[in-house]
Amino acid sequence: MATRLKFENSCEVGVFSKLTNAYCLVANGGSESFYSAFDTELADVIPVVKTSISGTRIIGRLCVGNKNGLLLPHNTTDQELQHLRNSLPDQVVVRRVEERLSALGNCIVCNDHVALTHTDLDKETEEVIADVLGVEVFRQTIAGNILVGSYCAFSNRGGLVHPHTSIEDLDELSTLLQVPLVAGTVNRGSEVIAAGMTVNDWTAFCGSDTTATELSVIESVFKLREAQPSAIVDEMRKSLIDKNV
Amino acid sequence: MAEEAGMFMVHQTIGSVLCCKCGIPMQPNVANMCVKCLRSEVDITEGLQKHVILVHCPECNRYLQPPRSWIPAQLESKELLTLCVKRVKNLNKVRLINAEFIWTEPHSKRIKVKLTVQKEVMNGAIIEQSYVVEYVQQEHMCESCSRIQANPDQWVAAVQLRQHVSHRRTFFYLEQLILKHGAAAASIKIKQLDQGIDFFFSNRSHGIKFVEFVGKVAPIRSRSDKQLVSHDSKSNNYNYKYTFSVEISPICREDLICLPPKVVVSLGNLGPLVICTKVTNNIALLDPFTLRHCFLDADQYWRTSFKSLLTSRQLVEYIVLDIETVSHEVNIGGSRYALADAQVARVSDFGKNDTIFSIRTHLGHILSPGDYALGYDLYGTNSNDIELEKYRGLVLPDAILVKKSYEEKRQKKRGKHRSWKLKTLDMETDDKVRVDQEKMNSEYEQFLKDLEENPDMRFNISLYRNREYQPSEMASVTDGEDVPSIPLEELLADLDLSEEEDREDGMKE
Repeated sequence: MATRLKFENSCEVGVFSKLTNAYCLVANGGSESFYSAFDTELADVIPVVKTSISGTRIIGRLCVGNKNGLLLPHNTTDQELQHLRNSLPDQVVVRRVEERLSALGNCIVCNDHVALTHTDLDKETEEVIADVLGVEVFRQTIAGNILVGSYCAFSNRGGLVHPHTSIEDLDELSTLLQVPLVAGTVNRGSEVIAAGMTVNDWTAFCGSDTTATELSVIESVFKLREAQPSAIVDEMRKSLIDKNV
Repeated sequence: MAEEAGMFMVHQTIGSVLCCKCGIPMQPNVANMCVKCLRSEVDITEGLQKHVILVHCPECNRYLQPPRSWIPAQLESKELLTLCVKRVKNLNKVRLINAEFIWTEPHSKRIKVKLTVQKEVMNGAIIEQSYVVEYVQQEHMCESCSRIQANPDQWVAAVQLRQHVSHRRTFFYLEQLILKHGAAAASIKIKQLDQGIDFFFSNRSHGIKFVEFVGKVAPIRSRSDKQLVSHDSKSNNYNYKYTFSVEISPICREDLICLPPKVVVSLGNLGPLVICTKVTNNIALLDPFTLRHCFLDADQYWRTSFKSLLTSRQLVEYIVLDIETVSHEVNIGGSRYALADAQVARVSDFGKNDTIFSIRTHLGHILSPGDYALGYDLYGTNSNDIELEKYRGLVLPDAILVKKSYEEKRQKKRGKHRSWKLKTLDMETDDKVRVDQEKMNSEYEQFLKDLEENPDMRFNISLYRNREYQPSEMASVTDGEDVPSIPLEELLADLDLSEEEDREDGMKE
């Protein structure tokens, strides 16, 4: 199910939070209601961690991660790094990246298998992404925008991209990602998708301006109605057990 | 550009997204909302006036353009639309695309204008919307109308135009000039007086403008006076009536003048007997014996003003018996003259005695034996001009011819209408003048003849086609030299919208 919420009168909830299949980061210092909205939805499945990154609250735009790992910009403090290492599950690798483009969340977007990146990203960073997050990396643009991380959001089940994306681009992207994509908006017509929402395989959080129409698009493309956290965690467990065995 | 460089470009098909409010598929736009939802979301006409009051003067049918000017405008006219659009406040915050009138009953005192405006809303989406503004016409008499209503004779400036001569020729001509240039359009009242015309204006500047106009077409001198009507010492307001007294020089065309010795000397021994050939804002003088000529401007004239010895009313008809040119034709000031020795006799003497005058004339180029000519009979007149007596040894010629006479020829055409007409100023007349109506009519007839004979006099005035005139069949039969008349090309068609048929006739011609 998708939830509508606000961060201190701002509808850009994707800026102040980071949601993956294995953990959820929430900006600290915000109101308790923002945190508790995540907590009630996720607490019994994955850890919800309050943190700042390089002293700021815009953590969703600065870091990038999936169930395998978390990449932090070079100006992340040691305390923050340590705090995250302590709070996140052991299988999640936390790594600081020496990358000139420090707003990693705007430049990179990924699910558990594929990542799209900014076209000007360093070669070393690309390798780190592939290693730490365990994904295939593609340099892409979305509807002519190089900030791929801002203008699209996708999980392992579906994705939402910038509304001006042409049908040819949609086809190409969904071939790369191997998930169905749809062009759409959040927050009553906003095209900055990733800023307005954050999503994983079974739940999504959107800005409170999001209309019912937008919400229904999001729920259907991310297949949130039938999704149950337990089913996915079970699947994960199975695969883990498979590996272990 | 990329395609020009030979790069392969993937064709881009614009996809469709769902409108974020109503969910219908549509092309993505800046607001990502369909037009209907965008309209319901924002009203760009918000803050624009929908009801405006227009102040209208019922007397002169003008509309108030704040703060003070009044603009004449018909219903549904371009001017009214401009005024209406200007009156809507805050219209500069949107872009005006179109404005049109919606028909309303003229008596309803309501004017409806449909405005179409554009505005940028929600990060760059441009909405176009049309709405109706209702104007309520409020009747309020304008200042000038209310003043006229209070007292129609209220004038502020009066121009008294005078010429101290015994005829009105000058004023007939001046009337046509004023009509052509619309110089007296602002006048409230025009009054015809014995030796001139009075013009009344509601504004001092209109009076000054009129005096300046007259100064450009006639040699005048003027003085102005003002009379205090009322004043308010507390607010320092003074209310005056202004009077401009304008005197036109009494010298007219074709007058015979004996110049005072001072003027003769200053003009290089011209004359002293000269004929005035033309009067504009300066006076053209011609010595008929030497063909020397000169111009006097208004200043020069009024410095040493003089009167004419004989005027055109005293012209006598002569018959030319013999003529012998002395010099070639010369062009002086736009008209042609040739010196000639002529033998003439008065028409009145014909058959009574054998008095023949041998004179010199400047009309050698048009006169031939047997022609009639008009001239001044110095032999028969008993003049007691002071200027003339100052010249001791001056030998006066017996006659001075001034122009050729067409009287004989014209008599054949007598009683027929002219093919043209003139407009007239709407003038009030005094009782005194009405007595001389007959004299005035004959003077007017003389003026019309002058117009026919002098193309350069017609040059400055507008002649109109006379629709009642039917050319007679006899007119085509002419013998020899024709009477001068005005060619049809010089006439203006009088603007007459009601006569549809006439215009069609004109096109067939």
